Amino acid sequence: MSEHRDLLAERRRRLFEVAAGRVTLAHGSGGKAMHELLEALVVPTLGDAELARMDDQARLDPGTLEAGARLALTTDGFVVQPPVFPGGDIGRLAVCGTVNDLAVGGAEPRALALALVLEEGLELAFLERILTSARAAAEEAGIAIVAGDTKVVPRGACDGLFVTTTGIGLLAPGCDLGPHRIRPGDRLFVSGPLGDHGAAVMVARGDMALEVEVRSDCAPLWDLVRHLRAEVPGLRCLRDPTRGGFATTVVELARGSGLAFEIEEAALPVRDEVRGVCEILGLDPLYLACEGRLVGVVAEEDVPRLEAALSAHPQAAGGGLVGRVVEGRPGRVVMKTAFGGRRIVDMLIGDQLPRIC
Amino acid sequence: MKYVDEFRDPERARRLVAAIEGLVADIPTCRERPLYIMEVCGGHTHAIFKFGIEGMLPEEIELVHGPGCPVCVLPMGRVDDCVALAETPGVIFTTFGDAMRVPGSRKSLLQAKAEGADVRMVYSPLDALAIARRHPDREVVFFGLGFETTMPATALTILQAEREGIRNFSVFCNHITIIPTIKAILDSPDMQLDGFLGPGHVSAVIGTRPYRFIPEVYRRPVVIAGFEPLDILHALWRVLVQIRDGRPFVENQYRRVVREEGNPSALAAIERVFELREFFEWRGLGSIDHSGVRIRDAYARFDAERRFSIPALKIADPRSCQCGEVLKGVLKPWQCKVFGTACTPETPLGALMVSSEGACAAWYQYGDLDRVMEARA
Repeated sequence: MSEHRDLLAERRRRLFEVAAGRVTLAHGSGGKAMHELLEALVVPTLGDAELARMDDQARLDPGTLEAGARLALTTDGFVVQPPVFPGGDIGRLAVCGTVNDLAVGGAEPRALALALVLEEGLELAFLERILTSARAAAEEAGIAIVAGDTKVVPRGACDGLFVTTTGIGLLAPGCDLGPHRIRPGDRLFVSGPLGDHGAAVMVARGDMALEVEVRSDCAPLWDLVRHLRAEVPGLRCLRDPTRGGFATTVVELARGSGLAFEIEEAALPVRDEVRGVCEILGLDPLYLACEGRLVGVVAEEDVPRLEAALSAHPQAAGGGLVGRVVEGRPGRVVMKTAFGGRRIVDMLIGDQLPRIC
Repeated sequence: MKYVDEFRDPERARRLVAAIEGLVADIPTCRERPLYIMEVCGGHTHAIFKFGIEGMLPEEIELVHGPGCPVCVLPMGRVDDCVALAETPGVIFTTFGDAMRVPGSRKSLLQAKAEGADVRMVYSPLDALAIARRHPDREVVFFGLGFETTMPATALTILQAEREGIRNFSVFCNHITIIPTIKAILDSPDMQLDGFLGPGHVSAVIGTRPYRFIPEVYRRPVVIAGFEPLDILHALWRVLVQIRDGRPFVENQYRRVVREEGNPSALAAIERVFELREFFEWRGLGSIDHSGVRIRDAYARFDAERRFSIPALKIADPRSCQCGEVLKGVLKPWQCKVFGTACTPETPLGALMVSSEGACAAWYQYGDLDRVMEARA
């Protein structure tokens, strides 16, 4: 075993030496260089036996499927800039994003595929760092990366690296979460502070030279979802408020359910650091992405169970009720402002652009 | 959060609203028609919508959203000039973010960027100067935009460029001044405003004296206001006190930032670099005398208008567009013929639909749109 490790370390050393530490077009050519990259770096870093077979497909044991169980499938591309930010990086994000897209539907994540598009000239050590982080996130989520693909494009054709992950999950029989189950009187909740990821990435871009410690909330959510599903039978629907943030997600829920939502601004958890960044840049934290939070709807009679369940799980610190579902114009979201006014909340048109003055 | 929450205290807000309601009962005009109070500045418009202030006020008060959004009042021809500059080979065109989406007659800067022009968003003209330093082989043009709020930063950047001997930096100057514009609104025949919330950041630069003509000549109150929601309620209350007492004057509610004499060093920088243009074209309002500035001859080499050949065509506003009436407070945003139909934030016809500070875009984003559409149908 240690002999194998030594051999691997030697191959890795040679890979770095031959390519002067950088990804070259040869690494995507399908020839020897590509095989060295995969065998000496990508596969051992991701570290799954199924992946190590290097076959054209991963073969998964479905286990014993109960009658009525279903498979869930999702895919997502990741292009975040900068690729490393406080609290995470593109590797961790790519794993968590797909795991969470499965989880919020109630599906237990079972396996991931990961495809890389690398820019010529990318440092191999950086690639290794991103893959190490992806693996750690996968282990945290209790899932393996079992298939993959690596392409290299000429310098300028992509921004460092792009990552695509595809996930497969298992839906237990009868699991049916979705906006179609939302009823008037239901309550809206979040699992923690909003906007951390969006603010962290914006600060990490460094355009504003803001010195503030905001960490991305990027985390796999399956364990929290399983916990809530087990403890709160009246759970109607879950979403992860990624692009477009909390506000967009609630508008989607309102549209999907054909009901109206009322949000209490005073109840919304937003960290002071995030509020500060938003105040300076003229942005609204409700539209900033989260990568480790749930937005959910629960039947009113299950509110005590929900509150107990949230306070019992470490990933739901700072979470709580933030609004309610009402009869009203379908798709309408109204927010009672902390100041005492009311305003409509809608999806953004285009990106949030900083205001002049 | 310190220095923010103090200005957003709902209990104080309730007390101020109660005081405003009390005053309204004492003002006889309110029995016949609403009082029209204009907030001049786009920053106020944004805050009013964001915090839901309009709905907290008694029906007797109608807020009129004024012309103080520099992005909104930019005429189409000027946006075309920006696009032409951005598409000039070798140019890096730098701009504040919210100017990117303003429609020109053919395209916006955002579209020009998508087609390959090198358009970059900056937060300050100094960022643009830094880009010029990094790219000595390229021409870097900064889109100078805004009222007296942003003018000093542009002026100081030009002075800095001169000190450093930077030769590849210039400013496409579209800076405008607020006073002639308020005067133009006061002089328009259909004007029916009862008072003003004066701009906060502009006044931090120019001080409070330039507004004196408003109470002295036009007998209207002006209260210079900060941008937090309590500032706005407080200033509204003070406007009403002046109306009730029949004694209009320039009052400074934003004393933590604004001084009577303004900011002398900022004013000196403006004076050194800029001079008044004879007239400047405003979207929706037409040409207003002495309402814009240009770069003085002494700094001509930093003037993009002299450095490049710019089409400078005058493009008429779309005929269906009623931005002018909305800017003057004659129409509410949703009373415009094309609001929400031909003119939406996705496809803005008029400038007020473009920036989140524009009255129409703010109304579209935060207002009760469905009810308006239903009422019109």
